[in-house]
Amino acid sequence: MDDTSVIDINDLSLTFKTGDGDVHALSNIDLDVKPGEFVSLIGPSGCGKTTLLRTIADLEQPTAGDISVNGMSPHAARMSRAYGYVFQAAALYPWRTIARNVSLPLEIMGLDAATRQKRVAENLQLVNLEGFEKKFPWQLSGGMQQRASIARALAVEPDLLLMDEPFGALDEIVRDHLNEQLLKLWAKTNKTIIFVTHSIPEAVYLSSKIVVMSPRPGRIHEIIDSSLPRDRTLDIRETTEFHEIAHRVREGLRQGHSYED
Amino acid sequence: MSKFQKILSNLGLAGVFLAILFPGNDMFLQRGSVDWMVLVSGVILMMVGFAIVKSPAGKFLTLWLPGIVSFYAVTIILAELDKSTDFRSGFWLLLLGAWLLGWLFVERLSAIADTPDIVSLVRNIAIPVIFGLWLLLGWEVVVRGFDVPQVLLPPPSMIAARFAASTSILWADFKQTFLQAVLIGYFLGCGSGFLIAIVIDRSPFLRRGLLPIGNLVSALPIIGVAPIMVMWFGFDWQSKAAVVVVMTFFPMLVNTLAGLSAASNMQLDLMKTYGANYRQTLFKLRLPEALPFIFNALKINSTLALIGAIVAEFFGTPIVGMGFRISTEVGRMNVDMVWAEIAVAAVAGSAFYGVIALIERRLTFWHPSLRA
Repeated sequence: MDDTSVIDINDLSLTFKTGDGDVHALSNIDLDVKPGEFVSLIGPSGCGKTTLLRTIADLEQPTAGDISVNGMSPHAARMSRAYGYVFQAAALYPWRTIARNVSLPLEIMGLDAATRQKRVAENLQLVNLEGFEKKFPWQLSGGMQQRASIARALAVEPDLLLMDEPFGALDEIVRDHLNEQLLKLWAKTNKTIIFVTHSIPEAVYLSSKIVVMSPRPGRIHEIIDSSLPRDRTLDIRETTEFHEIAHRVREGLRQGHSYED
Repeated sequence: MSKFQKILSNLGLAGVFLAILFPGNDMFLQRGSVDWMVLVSGVILMMVGFAIVKSPAGKFLTLWLPGIVSFYAVTIILAELDKSTDFRSGFWLLLLGAWLLGWLFVERLSAIADTPDIVSLVRNIAIPVIFGLWLLLGWEVVVRGFDVPQVLLPPPSMIAARFAASTSILWADFKQTFLQAVLIGYFLGCGSGFLIAIVIDRSPFLRRGLLPIGNLVSALPIIGVAPIMVMWFGFDWQSKAAVVVVMTFFPMLVNTLAGLSAASNMQLDLMKTYGANYRQTLFKLRLPEALPFIFNALKINSTLALIGAIVAEFFGTPIVGMGFRISTEVGRMNVDMVWAEIAVAAVAGSAFYGVIALIERRLTFWHPSLRA
């Protein structure tokens, strides 16, 4: 096993047993993620990208193969709060203010009040939500709620951030803005990020490595290393280099028979 | 002013005016001509007000004059009720006119735009109070005007007199039934329902075994349970509290169980990613999520508890208690006392419910149904 890998997956498979028979959600997955990488998992629905992310997070159990997160089993990694997880919806608790929502994981970790307060303030600032501490989630827009949920994941101070289509429910303008902010955050904190999406431009714009997946059974079709510089703005989407990578991703998705049935 | 308010004002004014023209008997003359003059000038001022309704003075007159004239007419009606047994056309016309004007007053009052200050607070209390008083007045007038037998329905004034004359008995009954049987039974029933729900929630075996038995207990008729509880726990309040426990336990159990499964999978996964243990997930996620369900049960149970305790006293009790009083006084044809007890039960029950609803507002302010 490679000691410098954040995530090391070897020949991993996951089969769900259902009434209609077995569903091969993941089949023979090999993936290696190095520190500081931004990895996007892209593919059509049913390709197992969310299942793969959930397996890394110890929310699903693989049926075969090896997986290590930070050199530990996913379970040990989860119990040591090695990652922050951002869900498709913000899933903020409506009875807690924004500040107390961000503070929630810190309370569970048993941190003292002063530390909690400091981390809440830092992370709300990081996602540009200072001044909204005392608001309740339902008083904020969808984009702001999702930013608060990112602050909540960051407050744990993990080296690894797992994001499951976090901006999928937002409109394109807000999504562009949050993508830009996410890149700045990545540059600033140098965290390892694994990002599930089904948007090709989003994947190409954000990632240093794009994992193209295909369905039935869920498997990795191709891994594309991005040649784009780490430091990018939204304008990079107009360059030929960007279009070339986007084209390769699209080709990969097509070869994976993702558009057929 | 809406079309409906215009109809109310026209009919109300006509009623008062006709009452003055055709009194039918000497009801205005007995109190002197003052009544007559007050009503006439009130009616004239109101008509002036309606003519200039767009101006501030007109708005002021048309809001408050219906209330004042209505109130004044009510004092005449009450005086007439006291001294006369013969009610003629003028009396009924005045009642009708006063009622319509009172209605108009409340309509105008509730149509004022909401302002977050003391005025709206007073208004929000005044409207139901005026409404309730009119209901009582209607009851009084109908019962006395049509000579309804007291056994069928005593007038509110008679009930109030009986209430005032027997406060010590009523207090003793209230203490016995409400402060002991209802409250203690309620806390025991709701508390055990809540705790057992949490235990059942953790164990699939208990869910399969205990839940059907709880279901069975809740289906038992109270008139079957009450005599058995009296045999088990004696004549005093303890047996009534036991009936209340049986009645309140199951609604609490079922609602808490439903509430505990209200948290979404995503929220539960979130707690899992934090490495939260069972206790942390319970207190920080599942119980807050269950609160609206728990308060539903608390509200349902507040009325069930009162019914249960009162009915249980029909099956053996020491010579005190609200249910005991109702059953014995009905036998002695003292219907006014029965009504006095009903009034106590109504006030206590609404206050009980109101307190729980207030706490619910405080604790579940975040729920979509309560969000400001």
